[in-house]
Parts: sequence; structure tokens; C-alpha cells
Amino acid sequence: MVLGGKVALVTGSSRGIGRAVAVALAKAGADVVVNYAGREDAARQTAGMINEAGRKALVIKADVADAGQVKEMVDRTIKEFGRLDILVNNAGITRDNLIMRMKDDEWDAVLDTNLKGAFNCCRAAARPMLKARGGRIINISSVVGLSGNPGQANYSAAKAGLIGMTRTLAGELGSRNITVNAIAPGFITTDMTEELPAEVKKRLEERIPLGRLGAPEEIAAVVAFLCGPSAGYITGQVIAVDGGMTSVMK
Amino acid sequence: MADTFEKVKEIIIDQLGVEEDQVTLNSSFVDDLGADSLDIVELVMALEEEFDMQIPDEEAEKIRTVGDAVKYINDHQ
Repeated sequence: MVLGGKVALVTGSSRGIGRAVAVALAKAGADVVVNYAGREDAARQTAGMINEAGRKALVIKADVADAGQVKEMVDRTIKEFGRLDILVNNAGITRDNLIMRMKDDEWDAVLDTNLKGAFNCCRAAARPMLKARGGRIINISSVVGLSGNPGQANYSAAKAGLIGMTRTLAGELGSRNITVNAIAPGFITTDMTEELPAEVKKRLEERIPLGRLGAPEEIAAVVAFLCGPSAGYITGQVIAVDGGMTSVMK
Repeated sequence: MADTFEKVKEIIIDQLGVEEDQVTLNSSFVDDLGADSLDIVELVMALEEEFDMQIPDEEAEKIRTVGDAVKYINDHQ
């Protein structure tokens, strides 16, 4: 159990990549805080899967965009589990639109949850990690944060912002043995990509060298690796897990 | 004053890993005790916890020596 005795907080872990990450960390031995914003039933299901893996789960509803709620969540984590070793900033939403049509609230909602939310969580989690002289922070960015995507000015800006923050925090927190890395998933089969029309999905698959969308578990496995002792010398990196799509022109 | 100094000294020794005789009221955190910017942030956090107070950033920036910290705490308790 490489993560035995560790405590992880995974934001937005009721569904999709977040759920897969929460379960993978539990299988590696960590107790997990399951954060969600809306879907309590789904969050409880994730908690059940963590329990099945033999680990403790704590379900906390909190809007990561709200610094006060984030602080309460981290305080409760410390109160219940006594420590916080791993933070995975996964919570994310989309409000796609072409720039000429994008409303202020579509821009703000995506930046608030996807970027400011991660900032709020990093700031709150850094405190116990600094005290413990160690920790792991993984930010779930996206390939569209590396390359851009028409219709997603807000989402790609937030995801690119996460990469800048990742590198900066790696510098700020490195001396305290806290590693900070980002993962840039490609197109992964989740509720978020389920919304895409079949025709768009088909075109996407043609752009992916491996010829298929990825599975949430394939992202979770990389997160679990980055949280484990074998990854202790990796920090400030962005790892694309995208079936090769950002590496080739297609 | 003496009491506050003793408590502050204990925290500094613990946070910065320095020897007791290095910590005097005149010691500068950066120049004498080798603290970096993150050390100062952590030290302020530890002082806030120990003395159950909030030290605003603009005040924290003015705390350069052990004596500054002791004075700030005594003035705001």
C-alpha cells in the first residue's frame, strides 16, 4: 500500500475523472475526502467504492469557488483525519460558446470554478502540508490548456492558467517537500464529453493517434503514480495523457 | 514581555531550527537566523496560532527582528 496512512482530498469526485481518482487513491491505501458541488447521490456512490476498497471516505459538499467553504472543508478534513497529504484539483465545469456569443457569466463561472477553485484549495491545503513538511498537489488541467479549442475560450484559459499556477507553486513549495504537478487529459469518456454530438466525437477520434477516447481510470493511474513515493522527484511538470493527440498534427 | 519572548523564542527555534543562544531580541530573521520568505510566512502562521491572533500582511512585513515580533504581540494582545 504505497499510500497507506495518507489522506487525500479530491475536488469534484462525485463523477467522472474525479471519482476514478478518488477510487484509485483509495486502492493505493489512502483515506479520501470526496468533495462535490451538486450530486450528493453520486458522491455517496464514490464513497461506497472507497469503502469497498477498505478505506475511509468523508463526503463534503463545498463550492470550490467559495474560499470560505474551501477553508471549512480543509478544516473538517484535518479534524476528522488529522492530516492532509494529497490534494487533487479536479472540479471543473464547461460553458462553451464562441467568443462573440460568450456571456460574462459563462466566462466567470468557468474561471471561478476551474481556476480560482484550484487556487482556493491550494492556498488552504498548503498550510497543513507546510506544517507536515510534505505533500502532493495534482492539478487536473487539459489538452485544451496546451493548445486551445474553438468554443472554449473560458475553459482553455482556465486550464492554461492552472499550468502557470502549477509551475509557480512547485517553486514556492518545493523547499518543503511539496510537489505540484498538472495532468493534461485529452478526451476522456465522462458526462462532460458525453454531451458532445456523435459526429464531433468521431472527428475527435480521428485526431487521436491511439484512435479512441481515454478512460477516467487512465488519468487516475497517473495521479496515483504522482502521489506515490516513486514520483518524489517530479515537480512543476505537465503530463499530457491524451492518446498522443498533442504530440502529432493530424 | 519576558514571557512573550520565551514563547516566541521557542517557536523560532522549532520553526527555523536555530540554536537558543542565536535568538535575541535584536536578531534579524533573515540576516541572523537565515529565514527565507516561506520561513517568515510559516513563522507568522505559528505565532498567530500560539497567541490566537491575526497578523495582517502589511503588519507582518514590518516584523524583521525577534524584538519586532515580541513588541507586535504585546501591543495587540
